Amino acid sequence: MSEAITQAFQERISEDDLLNCMKCGFCLPACPTYVETQDEVHSPRGRISLMMAVRDGEIDDVHEVEESLNVCLGCRACEPACPAGVNYGEMLEEARAIFYEHKDVPLQEKALRKTTLNMLFTDQEKMGKATSLLRFYQRSGLQKTARKLKVMNFFPDHMQQMERVLPDVPKRAKQHREVTFPSETDQTKATAAMFKGCLMDTLFHETNQSTITLLNRAGCDVVVPDTQGCCGALHGHSGKKAGAKELAKQNIQAFEQADVDYIITNAGGCGAFLHDYDHLLENDAEWAERAKAFTDKIVDFSTVLMDLDFPNEAALNIDQQIITYQDSCHLRNVLGVADAPRQLIQAIEGAHYIEMPHADQCCGSAGIYNLTQPEMSMQILDHKMENVDTTRATTIVTTNPGCLLQMKLGIERTEQTDTMRAVHLADLLLEALSTEDLNSD
Amino acid sequence: MTMTWIQEIRHIVGDEHVQTKQSSLLSYAYDATPNFNTKPEAVVAPASEQEIKEIVTVCANHQIPIVPRGSGTNLAAGTTPTQGGVVLLFHRMYRILELDEDNLTITVQPGVITGDICEAVEAKGLFYPPDPSSMKISTIGGNINENSGGLRGLKYGVTKDYVLGVNAVIANGDVIRAGGKNVKDVAGYDLTSLFVGSEGTLGIITKATLKLVPLPESKQTLLASFDSIERAAETVSQVIANKLTPATLEFIDRATIQAVEDYTHVGLPTDAEAVLLIEQDGPPSICEHDIQLIQGIAIEHGAITTQIAETEERAAELREARRSALSALAKRSPTTILEDATVPRSEIATMVKAIEAIALEHDVNIATFGHAGDGNLHPTCMTDLRDKDEWERVEAAFAAIFRKAIDLGGTITGEHGVGEMKSPYLAWKVGDEGIQLMNQIKLAFDPEHIMNPGKIFHRSGGEVDE
Repeated sequence: MSEAITQAFQERISEDDLLNCMKCGFCLPACPTYVETQDEVHSPRGRISLMMAVRDGEIDDVHEVEESLNVCLGCRACEPACPAGVNYGEMLEEARAIFYEHKDVPLQEKALRKTTLNMLFTDQEKMGKATSLLRFYQRSGLQKTARKLKVMNFFPDHMQQMERVLPDVPKRAKQHREVTFPSETDQTKATAAMFKGCLMDTLFHETNQSTITLLNRAGCDVVVPDTQGCCGALHGHSGKKAGAKELAKQNIQAFEQADVDYIITNAGGCGAFLHDYDHLLENDAEWAERAKAFTDKIVDFSTVLMDLDFPNEAALNIDQQIITYQDSCHLRNVLGVADAPRQLIQAIEGAHYIEMPHADQCCGSAGIYNLTQPEMSMQILDHKMENVDTTRATTIVTTNPGCLLQMKLGIERTEQTDTMRAVHLADLLLEALSTEDLNSD
Repeated sequence: MTMTWIQEIRHIVGDEHVQTKQSSLLSYAYDATPNFNTKPEAVVAPASEQEIKEIVTVCANHQIPIVPRGSGTNLAAGTTPTQGGVVLLFHRMYRILELDEDNLTITVQPGVITGDICEAVEAKGLFYPPDPSSMKISTIGGNINENSGGLRGLKYGVTKDYVLGVNAVIANGDVIRAGGKNVKDVAGYDLTSLFVGSEGTLGIITKATLKLVPLPESKQTLLASFDSIERAAETVSQVIANKLTPATLEFIDRATIQAVEDYTHVGLPTDAEAVLLIEQDGPPSICEHDIQLIQGIAIEHGAITTQIAETEERAAELREARRSALSALAKRSPTTILEDATVPRSEIATMVKAIEAIALEHDVNIATFGHAGDGNLHPTCMTDLRDKDEWERVEAAFAAIFRKAIDLGGTITGEHGVGEMKSPYLAWKVGDEGIQLMNQIKLAFDPEHIMNPGKIFHRSGGEVDE
C-alpha cells in the first residue's frame, strides 16, 4: 500500500513544487491549525516536508501523513503568506486524492462524504429533494417532536447544535429555472450570469435572491443559466478529482452560452474553486482554453457591487448596531477579495463596523471539515467566538454558506442566540436597502 | 527494568509533550537552511525551567544531544538536529512575565514571539528595537541565541545591546542566573553576553530580561534610486559623515529590486542599479529635518529618483518591499541560500562589486540586498540543490565571498550565526587561537558536548582548505 502511494506521489506531485518550499516558516502564524497546536506536524511547511517524505519513501506508515493532511483546513491562508509562492492548495488536493484512491476511509466518514458528495452535491435535483425533506422535517412538526424526544441527544454535541442552526428551507416552488433579471437603473451598466451554488440555491435560496436584487439595483442584468451544477469544490477538496472535472466541464458549457461580463458567485468557497478550473483542466487540450475564459470572468458579487459604485447608487441604512466581518478563507486567499465586503458594510448608515482580531483566520467550517474533524473545528470556532466578543458586535457578516452556518453554530455554542446574529453580506445589504425603500414610500 | 532515556523524559514532561512518531520527527528535521535535514529521536516540549533542568540531566547521563529550537527559522543550520537526540521546543514557555515601566525592562520566557514583545511594549509607549525579518515568527529565545540583528542595527544596535540578564541551564544541570535589571553590573565575567549569540552550544536559556527604550514619536521614510552602486554607497558614506544616524539604511541591488517589484508591486524603479530605503525616527521636527537633509545628500550624489513617503501606508509599503526581499528572490528558484557576509560600512560598494564578479566567475545567480548602514549584506543565491555540479560552484562562490569579506576587514556572518553551515569558515575569521579558546569555553559549560553539538565548531575541528 505504502509503495503504491509513494509511487503515486512521485508521478503526480511535482518535486519542483515541493522543493519550492524553503521552510522559512513565514506560513506559521497564518496557519490556524499550527496556531492552535503549535505543532509542525500541523503546519504548512511541516505538511510539505511530510509529502516529500512520502514521495521519497522515507516514512513507514504513510497514514501518519494522511492524518496530518486531514487536519489541514484547506483554508489556504498559507499561500498569500508564502514568500516563495508555493502552490500548497494544489499539492494538498492531489495528495488527498491519492490517499482517497488508495485507502479505506473510516466507514462513518466514507458514508458522510458519499452522501454529501455524490448524492447531494452533484445533482441539484437530489439536493432539492434532500432539502425538501429537511423542509418537511422542519415544518411538519417532526423537528419539534424530535427535539421533544431528544432524539438529537444520541448525536455528538456539535451535530446537535448544527441541527439547531440549519436555516428554514424555502418551498421548492420558489426555486427558479433559467430566468433573466433586468437591471433597475436607466442604463444597464454590466451583464452577469449567476452561479447558484448547491447550498446557496437550496438552504440559502433567499440569499441568492438578495444578491440578484442588489446587482439589479446596481445596474447589472443577471441571467441564471439552468444547466449549471455543483462547482465540485467538496469533491476536489476531499480527493475526488475526476468528479470535480466532470462538474467543471458541465459548468463551463452552461456559462459559455450566456455572453456576459461577469460570472457571479456569492459563496467564497465555490468562487475559489470555479476560479481554479483553469488549473483543474490545464492538461485537457479540449478544455484548457475554455476553462481559462470561464475563470477570467469569475468574480464575487461584492467586487461587482464596488465596481458599479453601488454604495453611492443606493442609500443604505439599518438600525444602529455593531457589525463585524468574518472573512471567507477562499474568498480572501484565493480570489483576493478582502476590502470590498468591508467597504460595503461600512457604507451602510447605522452600521458601526469593528474589525475583529484575526478576522482573516479560518472559522473552522472549511467545507465538511467541521463534520470530519469536529474537535479541531470546535476548538478553532471557540477561539473565533472569543475574538467576536471583543468587538461587542451583534451582527457577524460572512460571505460563504459554510462560514455562515459555522458562525451560527458559534452563536449557538456560546448561548448568544438572543443577542447576536450571523448573516450573509447580501442579506444584510438587502435589509439596508429595504429600509431605504420603506422610507422613500 | 531500567527506563530508557525517552521514558525518563516522558516521566518529566508527560507523555503528550514527547513526540516520537515518524511524522513528528520528520516535521522537526529541518530549519530554513537547505540540505541539513536530519531526524531527531524525540521532540520535547517542557513547560518550565525545572523541567528543562531535569531533561538536561537525563540527556547528560545518556549523552543525548539537545537542540533548542524556537520557530526553526535559522538560516545557518543552527537548529537542525544533525546528530539526532532531542529537539527542545519552547511553545509552552510563551509568557511575558513582567513589564517593568520603572526600570524600563521586560522579562520574558524564551518561547515568546519577538513581534509580540514589540506589540506589548509599544502599547505602553516603549520600544524594543531589534527587528530581524522573521520577527513575526521567531522567538526571543532564538533571537538571543543567534544575537539576531535586523533593519535598525545602525542606530539602535542588535539583540545583544538589549539583553540585560538571562537564566540558563548548563549541561551539569545547574541554573545560571546572569545579569538582571541593572544597567551597570560589573560583578565578574559578563556571562549574559556570553550566552547571547552562543547558538545553544553553552546552555538552554529559560528566561531573559530585556532593556527597553522610549518609543520614538514619529518616523519618516525615504526611497532613493541610483544608476550605480558607487553613487548609492557614496550617499551612505556622506549621510554618516554628516553626523546623521538614520534608524534604517537599507540597500537593494538591481536583481533584488526586480524580484521585489514582481512580488509586491509597490512601484520600485526597476531600471535602477541600486535603491536605498532610509528611515529616520524621533521627534517630528528633527525627523523631518533629517530626512530632508538625507534627501538632499542623495540628490547631490546623483540619485535618479527620491521619494519621501507621505502617508504611513506608503511608508509601510516601502518597508514591506524591503522586508520581502528574501521572499521575492525565493520565488525564482527551487533552492534559495541567504548569506550574511558583512564588511565595514566604507567597503560596501567594493564588496557588492566583488560579489557580482564572484557570481560571474563561478557562473551562479546571486542577488544582493542588506543593511547598508552597518555593512551587513545578504548575497542571496538562487539555485537548485539537485544540480550537483552547480551546487559545488555555489559553495565555491560563497567561500570566495567569505574570503573577500574577511580581506576587507569584515566577517563571515553578521547576524545569522555560524551554525553548522558556516562552521568550516569560522577559523578564517577568528583564527586557530580563537577557535581553541572558544573550545575551552565550550568545554567549561558542556564537557560532554550535548548542547547543540556540531554547531559553530566544525566537526573535524579544523578549518577548510583555502
